[in-house]
Amino acid sequence: MRHIVSLLMENEAGALSRVAGLFSARAYNIESLTVAPTEDATLSRMTIVTSGSEEVIEQIIKQLNKLIDVVRVLDLNDGRFIERELMLVKVKAVGALRDEMKRMCDIFRGRIIDVADGSFTIELTGSGSKLDAFLETLDKSVILETVRTGASGIGRGNRILKV
Amino acid sequence: MELTGAEIVIRCLQEENVKFVFGYPGGAVLNIYDEIFKQDKFKHVLVRHEQAAVHAADAFARATGEVGVALVTSGPGATNAVTGIATAYMDSIPIVVISGQVPSPAIGMDAFQEVDMVGITRPCVKHNFLVKDVKDIAITIKKAFYIAATGRPGPVVVDIPKDITQHLAKYEYPKSVEMRSYNPVLKGHSGQIKKAIKLILEAKRPMIYAGGGVVLGDASEQLIKLTRKLGYPITNTLMGLGGYPATDRQFVGMLGMHGTLEANMAMQDCDVLIAIGARFDDRVIGNPEHFFRKGRIIIHVDVDPSSISKRVKVDVPIVGHVQTVLAEMNQLLEFEDKKPNAAELKAWWAQIEKWRSKNCLNYDRTSDIIKPQFVVEKLYEVTKGDAFVTSDVGQHQMWAAQFYKFDKPRRWLNSGGLGTMGVGLPYAMGAQFAFPDAQVACITGEGSIQMNIQELSTCKQFHLPVKIILLNNRYLGMVRQWQHFFYGNRYSESYVDALPDFVKLAESYGHVGMRIEKPGDVESALKEAFGPKLKKQLVFMDFVTDQTENVFPMVPAGKGLSELILAEEL
Ligand SMILES: Cc1ncc(C[n+]2csc(CCOP(=O)(O)OP(=O)(O)O)c2C)c(N)n1
Repeated sequence: MRHIVSLLMENEAGALSRVAGLFSARAYNIESLTVAPTEDATLSRMTIVTSGSEEVIEQIIKQLNKLIDVVRVLDLNDGRFIERELMLVKVKAVGALRDEMKRMCDIFRGRIIDVADGSFTIELTGSGSKLDAFLETLDKSVILETVRTGASGIGRGNRILKV
Repeated sequence: MELTGAEIVIRCLQEENVKFVFGYPGGAVLNIYDEIFKQDKFKHVLVRHEQAAVHAADAFARATGEVGVALVTSGPGATNAVTGIATAYMDSIPIVVISGQVPSPAIGMDAFQEVDMVGITRPCVKHNFLVKDVKDIAITIKKAFYIAATGRPGPVVVDIPKDITQHLAKYEYPKSVEMRSYNPVLKGHSGQIKKAIKLILEAKRPMIYAGGGVVLGDASEQLIKLTRKLGYPITNTLMGLGGYPATDRQFVGMLGMHGTLEANMAMQDCDVLIAIGARFDDRVIGNPEHFFRKGRIIIHVDVDPSSISKRVKVDVPIVGHVQTVLAEMNQLLEFEDKKPNAAELKAWWAQIEKWRSKNCLNYDRTSDIIKPQFVVEKLYEVTKGDAFVTSDVGQHQMWAAQFYKFDKPRRWLNSGGLGTMGVGLPYAMGAQFAFPDAQVACITGEGSIQMNIQELSTCKQFHLPVKIILLNNRYLGMVRQWQHFFYGNRYSESYVDALPDFVKLAESYGHVGMRIEKPGDVESALKEAFGPKLKKQLVFMDFVTDQTENVFPMVPAGKGLSELILAEEL
């Protein structure tokens, strides 16, 4: 099953490679990984999207906790949470396609953030599956380029991951 | 007053009460070596290969429980150390390895003798550091010792660029460290411990399975107390030997791939399994699917939560320091009215005795060729079971584990997890430095001993009276055994050709060499080697043993514990 794991770790050189190294060394799946410093500059927050059986997920959480630089780990799937990902898509926009692309963008509540002669760049946020759905709706030949950030996640309500 | 980085390194090591630093110099650590020259608080041991430095530091830690220290230069010095570090990592041994690094501005420039030590060792250390500022040296070394020794112990690497060892800083050694990201659990969950005790007392066919964690956690005393109080059978893993006295009646021998029939069968058939500081390794329980038994309850005590329910799902996990948890269990038992079910226990013991009566470790004692098992038995007798015994990896290692009955913890030093050929001699050095007056025996094979044979020179320099027990079968015996059983006797590259004359070799290093070819000479040779005349000498004993002897019992890889092959079945 797909899990989203959030963690706080010391914002130190090499910390990211420890996490990435753990996943490859133990052959855990990694769908996406995002990381950035938090409001406390000594800490980084990472979101890892992974998948595996319950046993594997349990091991992943334990192994992450074991890394010396990792301060806190939370399996977001243990409770209710929100997941968001940002995608930028450059699409062909010539002739009738210009209206079509604008309409699709509105339906998915995206924004056109760059307009050029033959193309638009659309910014879209949402869950991974919403972004997937958007791409599936478009004709393949229209898509010129995509870039996705990978998911970020946060617990709902009073579920807080903090030191 | 300000000190140089190199001076700070030395001060920190002194502050940690380090007695020995095992190392080898080179460009990147010359500043540190210059400071070593000027001090006499700890002794530097010059090895002949960096791998041996780390092994010796590791053995010092295994034998004493203190953190072992090794010092190597950058590049090749660092990579030579990696096998030693990985060996310590797999067996959770607390060591600190200080490696030199090229000067900070040269990092990333493919400088002479540059290697990314932090990157290379990341998967085989508990933690590692690259020191970027001279002001960080003291706190980093403090953290390194703290991390290495606490929780589940392990190796820590501190990589120090050369320029940092020249820079100046105020020196103050921190008294303690606190790390928000690292707080090893000590006390086990009381509710879980109570639950465990209840289940333990209700058991009909109980079994105690104790591993290296008992030795590392100095929990032997508590384990003995618990086991005697309960009257239950107990087995040790390869790493746990000595954690419970092997000569005790309740001890059913080592378990696992080359464990005894009684240990493996009891492990498989028990209804309540009490696992203590052990990790259900593949060489221990074989195939986990085969090991699974419906209804069997498993209680697992370990300091590392990630060891619990990794290969085998357990029912009562208890995360905590084994010594603390066992002490709490013992206390609970004192006030407990319920006693183990005597009738059930009696029947269980009767079953175990039946297995035991098969005498699965029996071998041909009438042979006129020296049987390797016989040498170990005699070694046990001659040393009165009181030696520090190190081994390399192979058949001789298994015979050492089966036939030397360890009654005390920290006496048996071998590479269980990584299975590193070549540890035997450096391990013996580490143990002998730790206990200069003790008997130290290195049981080895002619393949393994050649992997660090250069250390005979170190032994000469430091007058280490190690006794080398070479069980020379002219084969990479364990490889040959697998080829015999699983590859139709195709002995591909497992014959050790062109062996040196080990007697002359030992003599050329200035040691005593002996060749023993007849069973009748085994005991007298051992007595001479361990006797007063050769007490101060390294004695290299080349025992010419049966070439085709196999280690039994044997659980073939991937099979279940009860699917073992016995000697008599062939
Ligand atoms: C460094 C290393 N290389 C290879 C192996 C694989 N291996 C395991 S046992 C063994 C044979 C060891 O031979 P020897 O030291 O002569 O001991 P014996 O089995 O004959 O007692 C080998 C090659 C290993 N464990 N370690």
